[in-house]
Amino acid sequence: MQKYPKTLLLLDLATVLLLAVATVLVFAYAPLERTMGAVQKVFYFHVASNWVGMLGFLVAAVAGAVYLVKGTRFWDVLEVAAVEIGLVFSLIGIVTGSIWARPIWNTWWTWDARLVTVTIMVLIYIAYFLLRQGIDDPGRRARYAAVYAIVGFLSVPLTFFSIRLFQSIHPVVITSTKAQLSPRMKTVFMFSLFTYTVLFADLLWHRTRLGQLAAHLETLRQKMLD
Amino acid sequence: MKESTGFGRAVLAILWKDLAAELRGKELLSAMLVFALLVILAFNFALDLDPKTRASVTSGVLWVSFIFAGTLGLNRSMATEQDRGCLDGLLLAPVDRSAIYFGKMLANLVFMLIVEAVVLPIYSALYNVNLFRPGLLLMVVLGSVGYVAVGTLLAAMAAQARTRDMLLPLLLFPVIIPVLIAAVKGSAAFLAGSAWADVSSWVNLLLAYDVLFLAVPLMVFDFVVEE
Amino acid sequence: MTTTPSSAPVIAVRGLVKRFGIKTVLKGMDFQAEEGEFVALLGPNGAGKTTFLRILASLSRPSAGDVRVKGHRLPQQATAVRRRLGFVSHQPLLYGDLSGEENLRFYARLYSLPDANERIAAVLKMVGMYRHRRDLVRTYSRGMQQRLAIARALLPDPDVLLLDEPYTGLDQDAAAMLDEILARVSTQKRTVVLTSHDLSKAALLASRFDVLARGKIAASAGRGEISDAELLDFYRGALASAEAER
Repeated sequence: MQKYPKTLLLLDLATVLLLAVATVLVFAYAPLERTMGAVQKVFYFHVASNWVGMLGFLVAAVAGAVYLVKGTRFWDVLEVAAVEIGLVFSLIGIVTGSIWARPIWNTWWTWDARLVTVTIMVLIYIAYFLLRQGIDDPGRRARYAAVYAIVGFLSVPLTFFSIRLFQSIHPVVITSTKAQLSPRMKTVFMFSLFTYTVLFADLLWHRTRLGQLAAHLETLRQKMLD
Repeated sequence: MKESTGFGRAVLAILWKDLAAELRGKELLSAMLVFALLVILAFNFALDLDPKTRASVTSGVLWVSFIFAGTLGLNRSMATEQDRGCLDGLLLAPVDRSAIYFGKMLANLVFMLIVEAVVLPIYSALYNVNLFRPGLLLMVVLGSVGYVAVGTLLAAMAAQARTRDMLLPLLLFPVIIPVLIAAVKGSAAFLAGSAWADVSSWVNLLLAYDVLFLAVPLMVFDFVVEE
Repeated sequence: MTTTPSSAPVIAVRGLVKRFGIKTVLKGMDFQAEEGEFVALLGPNGAGKTTFLRILASLSRPSAGDVRVKGHRLPQQATAVRRRLGFVSHQPLLYGDLSGEENLRFYARLYSLPDANERIAAVLKMVGMYRHRRDLVRTYSRGMQQRLAIARALLPDPDVLLLDEPYTGLDQDAAAMLDEILARVSTQKRTVVLTSHDLSKAALLASRFDVLARGKIAASAGRGEISDAELLDFYRGALASAEAER
């Protein structure tokens, strides 16, 4: 029914291009960190992934709120897409963090406040899918999922601020007082954040489109049976 | 004629109904209480609560026993509304949906506080620590409010799911973590006799989440109960 | 609160659509009931009878269409409708750990009824449950629970009474008693809608028969238009024509 949107194709191309440029920048342009060495480069992907994770959960909470007000299926589909992407990128964030932590902290995992709160955040959104699975009536499923996407997001700020509240060993990069990055590092960091944001938008569009097509197919199938 | 029954009146009617039904059999309260004590005793063996360890884990042990017992209460309280279709009965009445939420929330809070009021002196006696410090009691009340506030909403959702009782802890525990962390850390600080400056950030965090966890359910409860 | 002119129907439904996800249960249903009418809504299981009653009772929101009860639009003016409506669901909507009287007192508070005690005693006597008022509801038999459920629905003296399959699960004595109660209830100035898949029960009480099939009213007949013997043919004919229309 729907043709592949031209804007989406452009966005696809832009994403691929940006990702390529970002990779080159990270490995060729950004300076080598004095004490940590090459493994520090994972930081550009690590922070960007976690950023996309939180962005996904934020979009899901907003989509949930709009769904409750409007009740149109699009917002439910968008919400699921955002949670899925957020979940995947949060997991990527945990894995990349582990790769960094192995040489720096001398362990893959430690019970640090930031790590624990991020893991709990991931558990919230796994519970989100368990909730969806547990409810058969589609309208109710969408409403409950929307409510849970909002309630679950309330604990995300804690994850973000946890390294300030606890004595955490996790580095704080974004502080109001002083920048810990050299100007070049900062440029690359900002560029990778931007790239991942575009990647997020592209994936979100694709996943939402897929969800809508699936819903449309289901409607057609029901019409056939009826 | 006024159309909808007043908010306060409806809340009190629901609170009265839950308390009257519970005082008859006391099934829920006794189950919560026994379970809370069992959790504490299990910790006693699992953690080998010698006097030195105890000082550092008391608040954690207490809070885990409270929230485990609380889950029993929340599940049961929504199950009674499901049993004979009673939730429909509430929804048929000319009453604000937020009043239904608030009434159920208050009833759950009362049950929770009763359990805590019994567990605290027992724990004090068993382990010879004085838990009756105003600061700790404040944390217990504030923590319970946050827990029950979001717990009542999620219990209402879990009750409609196929997986029911199993679902509530999965939905509730990760969401309640901010409240739990603040309550455990704050309680521990009060027990250790820390200065207000060290505790205040936990109290503030707890207060912030209490407000959030009360405000959001009041706004969205409509969507949970109506078809 | 808008006032209803006496000529307007008590229940007026136009083009009602109810979807659950992608499944459409009610497909542009029209329905009307006047003051004092007793409508038997007949139809096979899954025809949407319960869904329809739940929409009238404001428990479920219509997906599309105009639904008015006593001139109030649903779901926008639900509170006004709720005050004037009684609903007997196939579940009793009663608390097992409270006595019959306590259950009614609780509902009286939710409706903020002015003379609650007299009203509670009156409805308990009307359904013959006054003797058992202090027993816990969980000790009641199915029939007793059903009678108390009717008492609960009658508590606010509703203008509209909806009954969803009230005979389900009742033994013969209990069913006979329900007949008697319903006959008494319907003599008053009250609009009653009863759903049933059991034609004999419907024939006894109703002043009008509507057949709901495939999400619409397939046929409608007043009591005077058909004899009890013709009812079964009328019902089957309506179902067959709805089936043919697909």
